[in-house]
Amino acid sequence: MAGFYLDFEKPIADLDQKIDEMIEMSSKDGTDLSSEIVRLKEKREKITKKIYSNLSRWQRVQLARYPKRPYALDYIERLSPSFVELHGDRCFADDHAIVSGIGKIDDYHVAYVGQQKGKNTKENLERNFGMSRPEGYRKALRIMKMAAKFNRPVICFIDTPGAYPGIGAEERGQAEAIAKNLMEMAVLPVPIMVIVIGEGASGGALGIGVGDRLIMLENTWFSVISPEGCASILWRDASKAEMAADAMKVTAQDLHEMGICDEIIPEPLGGAHKDYDLMAQQVKKVIIKELDELMQLETSELIERRITKYDRIGMWEE
Amino acid sequence: MTAWFKRQKEKVTTIEKKSIPDGLWEKCPGCEEILFRRELLKTMMVCPHCHFHFRLVAEDYLKILFAGDSYEELNPQLHSADPLNFKAKKSYSNQLKEATVKTGSPDVISTYLGNLGEHKIVLGVMNFSFIGGSMGSVVGEKVSRAIDYARENSVPLVMICASGGARMQEGIYSLMQLAKISAKLARYSEAGGLYISILTDPTTGGVSASYGMLGDVILAEPGALIGFAGPRVIKQTIGEDLPEGFQRSEFLLEKGFVDRIIHRKEMKEVLTQILEFGHQEVEAHA
Repeated sequence: MAGFYLDFEKPIADLDQKIDEMIEMSSKDGTDLSSEIVRLKEKREKITKKIYSNLSRWQRVQLARYPKRPYALDYIERLSPSFVELHGDRCFADDHAIVSGIGKIDDYHVAYVGQQKGKNTKENLERNFGMSRPEGYRKALRIMKMAAKFNRPVICFIDTPGAYPGIGAEERGQAEAIAKNLMEMAVLPVPIMVIVIGEGASGGALGIGVGDRLIMLENTWFSVISPEGCASILWRDASKAEMAADAMKVTAQDLHEMGICDEIIPEPLGGAHKDYDLMAQQVKKVIIKELDELMQLETSELIERRITKYDRIGMWEE
Repeated sequence: MTAWFKRQKEKVTTIEKKSIPDGLWEKCPGCEEILFRRELLKTMMVCPHCHFHFRLVAEDYLKILFAGDSYEELNPQLHSADPLNFKAKKSYSNQLKEATVKTGSPDVISTYLGNLGEHKIVLGVMNFSFIGGSMGSVVGEKVSRAIDYARENSVPLVMICASGGARMQEGIYSLMQLAKISAKLARYSEAGGLYISILTDPTTGGVSASYGMLGDVILAEPGALIGFAGPRVIKQTIGEDLPEGFQRSEFLLEKGFVDRIIHRKEMKEVLTQILEFGHQEVEAHA
């Protein structure tokens, strides 16, 4: 059970350590501690439930970034074991921060676009920590247009700390690439399901995030800027991120209350990383349910509803 | 005279222009010449020596583009709510009040229907002095209605952009304005509507990543900072200095992301040419 724990999981970590020690002790000198171990495990379960039923926004942000969390490819492999990845924007390069391709979920042929983080330093360097460059957004659009041509729905997985702020990315038109995706996705003539599986920061997330449904996993966030970014600008202190997360109301639960997130998918106790298969099954159930509905719509109706959905977002006075 | 206290390096220019002159003299951030303000007003706030373009507000562009008062404002009554009841060091509602007093406007953008020569256009102008030209729900809704008006009445659309990006104080609502406006533009464009965006100093973040970069024709004033990420963020990320002229209009022209750089004195003429080329009946219900 040992491993990586978040700050707020310290009581769980302490119990895990005790349990491990007892197991070791009993195997070493044969002392029978089984009833004690059972008792501790029950306590652990109870504490875990208590912690996870009361998560603060900042704790959810931390969970959304948990390095052991399932990433886009973990879901894609489970939803479509015969997934065929397709690469490149046919313009400049293949951006490894976004994966795309085609697969089948039950009877549905779908196109996938997902922001992909790495599991370790080496992978993260390859994936650029899930921060896309313009070629990533252009690859995504290319795949989506191909999906449209063959009347296949698009599934987008959002998980990014933001679009990459680098010289090359700016030179090659980061803003233009994102803007174009927003415009094209708004009127793409096939269903688009957007699923936030980790973090969704800013235009970098929205660049593959316009669609008919916005689904968010239980412990995820999506906002205009990261809590740290907001804190460093408005408090002039990045360590005020926790306050910024509260002020901006960034969680799935917040967005659901605002009517921007359509549905929240519950995660296993302790977070999505506790059971990849179960998590992927939950995601699949929702995808199938939504596709059953969206695929019935006439194209014009689909697009009209999508535009109207975005048109309604905003709060002003007059 | 505040100009003396502002940063002089070109990369970090923060010159703001108020429509009511608060001094007789202005120091040009481009060439450091001391300029007589009354003369500057005659040259559309462009330095006669180095062509540095000072920031303008909506009223200035109205004078440049429309004859006399041949225009009307659209939806001036919209103003920001505070959907998240947001509070950082300052409360958002106070920030809004202060910005309204400072600029005399209820929010960043003003939209108009006016006559540019023989052409009726819908015009939007953003004001960077209002909370950094940030885009929240009001900008989203006003631009959205401007696009609807343009589509329903077959009137070309011109947006003069100046913005640091989306408005953090409105959280996800502000981010979603990018999608809202882009969706409206998609439908307008499919129906055959003409849209010209004019990027002025600065146009970054959410505005560049939506309607800033979605014009059929994208024009830019000289020397404007244009990009997605701000130069400071990029510098922090890569840990090195940025090349000379990086993210300026001329750089974007060279990289192929703006169609043309226009001096203010040719703005009206160039717009007229494009309007003549691209104005057509729009299928309002397409």
